[in-house]
Amino acid sequence: MKMLWILAMKELRDGFRNRWVAAAIVVLGVLALALSVLGSAPTGSVRVSELDISVVSLASLSVYLIPLIALMLSFDAMVGEFERGTMMLLLTYPVTRWQIIMGKFLGHVLILSIAILVGYGGAAVVLTLVTGFSTEGWPAYATMMVSSVVLGSVFIALGYLVSVLVRERATAIGAAIGLWLVFVVLYDLLLFGALTMDKDQLIGQQLFSMLMLVSPTDTYRVLNLSSFEGVSEAAGIAGVASEAGLSGTLLISVMLMWVIAPLISTLLVFQRREL
Amino acid sequence: MQMAASKSIIQPVISVDSVSKVYAGETVVSEVDFKVQPGECVVLVGHNGAGKTTLMKLMLGLTRPSSGTVKVFGGNPAVSGAVAQHKSLGYLPESVAFYDAMSGREVLAFYARLKGVSSNDCERLLESVGLGGAAGRRVGTYSKGMRQRLGLAQAMLGNPRLLFLDEPTTGLDPGLRHQFYELIDAMHKEGVTSLISSHALSEVEARANRFIIMKAGVMIAGGTLDELYLQAALPVRLQLSVAAGQASSIAERLGSGLTIDEIGDERLHLSCFNGDKMPLIRRISALGDLVSDLQIMPPRLDEVYSHFMNGDRP
Repeated sequence: MKMLWILAMKELRDGFRNRWVAAAIVVLGVLALALSVLGSAPTGSVRVSELDISVVSLASLSVYLIPLIALMLSFDAMVGEFERGTMMLLLTYPVTRWQIIMGKFLGHVLILSIAILVGYGGAAVVLTLVTGFSTEGWPAYATMMVSSVVLGSVFIALGYLVSVLVRERATAIGAAIGLWLVFVVLYDLLLFGALTMDKDQLIGQQLFSMLMLVSPTDTYRVLNLSSFEGVSEAAGIAGVASEAGLSGTLLISVMLMWVIAPLISTLLVFQRREL
Repeated sequence: MQMAASKSIIQPVISVDSVSKVYAGETVVSEVDFKVQPGECVVLVGHNGAGKTTLMKLMLGLTRPSSGTVKVFGGNPAVSGAVAQHKSLGYLPESVAFYDAMSGREVLAFYARLKGVSSNDCERLLESVGLGGAAGRRVGTYSKGMRQRLGLAQAMLGNPRLLFLDEPTTGLDPGLRHQFYELIDAMHKEGVTSLISSHALSEVEARANRFIIMKAGVMIAGGTLDELYLQAALPVRLQLSVAAGQASSIAERLGSGLTIDEIGDERLHLSCFNGDKMPLIRRISALGDLVSDLQIMPPRLDEVYSHFMNGDRP
């Protein structure tokens, strides 16, 4: 455990040193504020809280942004150290390969958590100060922040898997962009296309729910847009998830599977790797 | 109990047993055998690509042998259980690389934490390798020599019992080289076992207990300096100062078992094999006043080395 902490702290310090943390906080915070300000305009007479509306717009933004930030943090984690030769030296220290992966993971998740907490959290505090405090909307907002960390963890883990599989950093960048495109853009595009073409309604409720669980970004979307009543009303998809039989626990578990599976695969590849 | 105690005394720190390593169809190490006893300083000699670095990686558990067995501290270094042993070993890789964005002090502190060494030791080590003044600078701005010194400092963290140094003096100027070997000598006196790879034999000559000469993945010779001389069977050269004009007649009288290299006016250069040396010296001394001086020159170490490297295996 001590080893994990030492390795995680190194990653965290690196994150602060190269202004990664600062940049992520600024990007997330500014966009969250901007969306909240813009989003609060058309509220009109619908009785939903400011924060609920923020969750809708932020969740939609996070689906694009969080995986991108996570992949940028992680694509270099393994291949960079192999290429520079620092991994070889690190492995002659009293650390196991499992500890190296988990230490890095812990550090990178901490970086992302700090960025989300300060960026999104800060924006929520500002919004509350402007519009007046109400307890309404906070559970949904908190869920959005926590699930954003989990979504980020999914892509940090996927980034490691890419990073341990390729031989060069340049390939890792390409593969990371590919992963982002597939999970963030292409899958949804294909699914949307299939749904529009599906005139005979072959894709029933059951199948649709399954398809939502295949991509971690969609799981995240469903979790945030439909778990809380106020949010679903604001998003205009009231009750989708409950009808689809997707509970919050199931959704979070599926996302956690997306964290664990790539991490284990990374470890298995790393264990067999010879330097 | 006594059995166990005596066994631990004779147990070698490193034993390499008919080890081969094949990388992508290419044999980089072939059937290598040797042992390193506690407190020994063994030098791996050979050109680039001779398999020295691969041997070190095998002993560090960074890669696994294709056949044969490697044991360090009595166990397989490539299993995850061997990681605990890493506390008592130090490694300086060839052209060592660090995290460039960190300062020298931060790099050393990071490695120290992994080894459970206090940060006071870091400052002392930085001073001892002459990096005290540059410790706050980013490693990315360091020169090759400074990196090498930082590399040495990290290898010495936590008083290791076993040191692996891969081409440790490349990039160091002569003054630093000297300082470096003083550090190694000091550790050696404390009973540290070390394995050093080098392509410069003369530099490590005085430090090593034993040499292992590698060529194209094959261990072509191994042993102490004296053993290497014997194995190489290179001729001993003799230089005689003789009475004027007598050189050729003396050469004839000395008879067989020698080669005449050069006949001067008052000088005679001979060479013979080690086994023929003593009979020859006796014959020379029997010549009495005709020979006024005799110098015996054993083969130089670089001759021994180039003998092995040029392929004529004994």
